Parts: sequence; C-alpha cells; structure tokens
Amino acid sequence: MGGFEPGGFEPQARWQASAFLAPGSSSFADFLAMTAPELLPRATHHSGAMGASGHAANTEVAHGTTIVAAVCADGVVMAGDRRATAGNMISQRDIEKVFRGDEFSCVGIAGVAGIGVDLVRLFGVELEHYEKIEGRSLSLEGKANRLAGLVKSNLGAAMQGLVAVPLLAGYDEETGQGRIFSFDVAGGKYEEQRFATIGSGSVFARGALKKLYRDGMGKEDVVLVLMQALYDAADDDSATGGPDMSRRIYPVVATVTADGYERLSDEQSGRYAEAVVTERMRQPDGPPAPMQSAS
Amino acid sequence: MPFYVSPEQVMKDKADYARKRISQIRSGVVMTCEAGILFVAPNPSRALRKFSEMYDRIAFAAVGRYNEFETLRKAGVRYADMTGFTYDRRDVTARGLADWYGQLLGSLFTDSPKPYEVEIVVAEVGKTTADDEIYRITFEGSVADEHDFVVVGGQADKVAAVLKERYSASMSLIEAMRLAIASLAGQGDGNSEPVTSGQLEVALLERSRPHRAFRRLTGARLDALLAGARPTGPAAAANGAAGASGPAAEEGGEGPAAGGSADGDSAPDGTPPNGSADGGSPQGGGDESGA
Repeated sequence: MGGFEPGGFEPQARWQASAFLAPGSSSFADFLAMTAPELLPRATHHSGAMGASGHAANTEVAHGTTIVAAVCADGVVMAGDRRATAGNMISQRDIEKVFRGDEFSCVGIAGVAGIGVDLVRLFGVELEHYEKIEGRSLSLEGKANRLAGLVKSNLGAAMQGLVAVPLLAGYDEETGQGRIFSFDVAGGKYEEQRFATIGSGSVFARGALKKLYRDGMGKEDVVLVLMQALYDAADDDSATGGPDMSRRIYPVVATVTADGYERLSDEQSGRYAEAVVTERMRQPDGPPAPMQSAS
Repeated sequence: MPFYVSPEQVMKDKADYARKRISQIRSGVVMTCEAGILFVAPNPSRALRKFSEMYDRIAFAAVGRYNEFETLRKAGVRYADMTGFTYDRRDVTARGLADWYGQLLGSLFTDSPKPYEVEIVVAEVGKTTADDEIYRITFEGSVADEHDFVVVGGQADKVAAVLKERYSASMSLIEAMRLAIASLAGQGDGNSEPVTSGQLEVALLERSRPHRAFRRLTGARLDALLAGARPTGPAAAANGAAGASGPAAEEGGEGPAAGGSADGDSAPDGTPPNGSADGGSPQGGGDESGA
C-alpha cells in the first residue's frame, strides 16, 4: 500500500472504468481478484499479524461450531447451533451460521467465524452476479465447484490456523432432489449421501443422525432429527450450544425445496426445540433406535 | 497531410453521429405505476434483452447497439455488486449508478473516436410511487432525473406526448400497460395493430416484492396482462391488477413473432442499421421467487 497521496492508494486499479468495461468471466470473485484483491476474504497476507503465533490467534477469534444437514423427501434441511467460542469463552450466544446461498441453496459454516461469514457473503454475491450477467442460475454442481474454489483461496490462512469450512445444501432443479456437499480446506469437494455434519460437535451429531435418520423422511421429521442431532452435539461438545430456552435462542433451521429457500422463524424453530427438550426431560440420552435381538 | 479539426467540430460530429443512429431506434417506455416500475419496449428477441436486473430494487433499460449497452450493463452489474460488497446492500442506489454511468459515458464520448450509440435508464423502485427514481443517461453522459415516466429511443417525443396526456401516477399495472402499448403503437409507421406478447419485452420492478424486485413478464403472465390491457378487452378495468400477483413468469411458449415493420432488420453484414438489433441481455432473476 503506497499510502494516501493522490493516486497512490491504487484507485486506478480498483475503480477504473476500463476494468468494469473489460470483457471477462461471469465470476464476481474473479473480478474482485483482478480489481480489488484486498476485498477477498483471504484473511492475511501479512505474516507479522499471526504467522508465528497462529495457534494463539486461533483461540482468540470467534469460532462457529456445529452444522448438520440432511436430505428430505422434497429437498434438503440444514440446521446450525447458535454458539461462537473464542478459546474457552463463549463469544456469542446467538450467532447465525446457516445462510441463504441463493434461491435454491443454503450454506452453513464451521470454523473461524470472520472468514466463514465473509466467504458466504462473497459466495452469495457470486451466485447472484452470475445469474444477473448470464441470465440463468448456476447448476448445483457449478455452485459447489465455485464454493470449493473460494475455500481453496483461503488455504494460506487456513495453514496459519484460521480455518473455516462450509457445508452446502441445495435443491437440484434438474433432478428434483436435495443434495449436500462438504468441503475441506484444500478446496476438496465431496458430495454427501443422506446427511452430513461439520464442526466441533459433528462427530456426536453424526452418531445421532446414523441412529435416527431414515430414508424418505418428510421435511418436518428431518427438522426434528436434526434438532435431536444438534442437542446431542451440544450435550457432549462444550463448543456447541444447545437450545437456550431461557433466552429463547434456538438453532437456525433452513429448508430448500422446489419452493425455494426458507428459513424457519424463531417461533417455528422454538417449537421443535421445545419438543426435543421436553422429551429429554424423560430420556436424557434421546430416543433409542430400534434394535433387533441377536437370537 | 494532417488537417486541423477544431474540438467543437469533433464533438459536433460525434454527437451528430450518435444522435442520428439513436433516432432510428424504436422507442421503449419506463413508467411508474402502482405496482412498481414498468418497462415496455418492442423486442422480438427472447434472448437479447433490453431490460435487466441491476440490484435488489434497481433495474437497467437500454436501447441502441446491443454490444455496446450489453458492455455497459455488465459494467453496471459489476459496479453495483462491488459497491454492495464493499459497503452494504443498502448503499447501492440508482442515483449512484446513474452518476457513475454518466461519468463513464462522458469519458467514453470524449475519449473514443466513436461514441456509444445508446440511451440508458436506471430506475429504482421505492415504497410509494413518489419514492420511485428514474434516471436517463444519454450517449454523451448527461444524466437527467425523470419523474413518472421516461421514453428512450428515436421516437421519444412522439411517444412521450401520448404519455403526457394520459399518464397518472395512480394507474394500476394493467392501465399502465395499456397506456404503454398505446403510446408505443403509433411510432414510426402509425401501425397500431394489436401487439402480441412475442413482439414485446416487458419487465417490472415490483413494489411489493421483498429483496429482489425485478421480474420479467413473459409467457402466460404477459399474455394475461396484454389481454387485460387491450383497449377493447372486456372487463379490462375489472381485472385490476390481477397480473401483479400472478404465478411466476414462464419462459417461452410463443413463437418468435416478426418484429414490427418499423424497426427494420439487421443488415446482413451484422451492423445494425437501426433499432432491431438493440436487444438486451439474457437475464434471469426475474423468474426467481424472491428472497
């Protein structure tokens, strides 16, 4: 950065008309990379900030925790708890980690909240930008590949300890089915079958889903199953928050079906959460899965 | 042997050139009504669009050379998205965009040997008709803040005269559509045959729609609106704003109608001699069902 002398603060590159008029791809992120790379959510290029002390930095910034998603009969459902932690502290009780991607997709994030939220914001603009430029939406695979590319661009920061990974769930308009994609920090994209979990409480949530999830479940049932899974994650993972009945803070639940993206209202989400909590009063470990006897 | 040409002469020549080209383009109308801001223009193409979404509440309309205003449209989408990403979605305004387009076209007019043969409109729908903003930007970069309606293209005066006489801000969507068709019908050849949906490009910045307000009116929805808007159509008034809350627009359905005779076809060599080659960009968003 050359300081603030006239012409020195690279306005040429950033808002120069020729950059806007130039023929280019339909990707907003590519456009930013060309004209204003500093706006991209690549946490740091300055090694001084946290290079050596990556782990210290890692515990000081807010981390989002558990996201769960599962396919339902008419689409897909995603839910996320509301806790953000910084080290051993709860940094926020009502953070939102499940977002609308576009009309037919939603994204949840786990890991460093600042990077994750930025990533999702860029992803949302990316999808809308493509749609406006091209006159059609990206295919669901296209969206997943784009998101993988954005995650990959954060690899440098991830190696320094600032890791954020998304979970993408969407309704595939071509096949009429809900689909889920998970990602790793290197930009790997993996399509998940039936359900997927990410974040610190994901192992416990996955265990719960394995026991409770059934193929062909309706939307309402899947919401309830995800709520159970989040409860189990919060039960065993200190970084995942359970339903906060006293403050009326409940998991964020989003559904994506042929009708598009919909976020459940707090009231609706609260009803599912209350049902789960009430049941756990009688059965603290949750509903047992049916099992056939060995003999 | 180099000749000296005065700056006045250069500017005049460029302006004359652009004006002459634009005068051959069929006009389009942008007008506010109760339902929102309505965009209507003759356009037989279903792929090359004149109207498109810029941002949540903002749309873009253009007539002229397709490749030129398509470049401008993409530039505007980039500008809007970049501004919204840098600051906030609410910080992208029609006024800011119009200003930016004015500067852009102004410098293009001065710097490039050939001026852009375009006329563009940036419109933002507000909470009420009084809050609607419509800006018209001409090829040399002058920005005009228009009220109620604006006409672009070659027959602007003729079309605007009809609008001026009959326009009222409290018109319903169907009434606005009827007026738009009536005003556009007489341009050029005085041909006022009933229009079909295949000859028109229609879009609406819908006031009541949350988040992304822009939508195209095509297919069955446009047919219904046109049927209601026909001057002699039965129960036209009773239909009220039925079209405003209809089902999502459907693409396609009707065959490509021949363009009006007044707008001439593109020359075989690809240079558009006049209006018919203006189109817009392929653009979606309007088919989506809101936020």
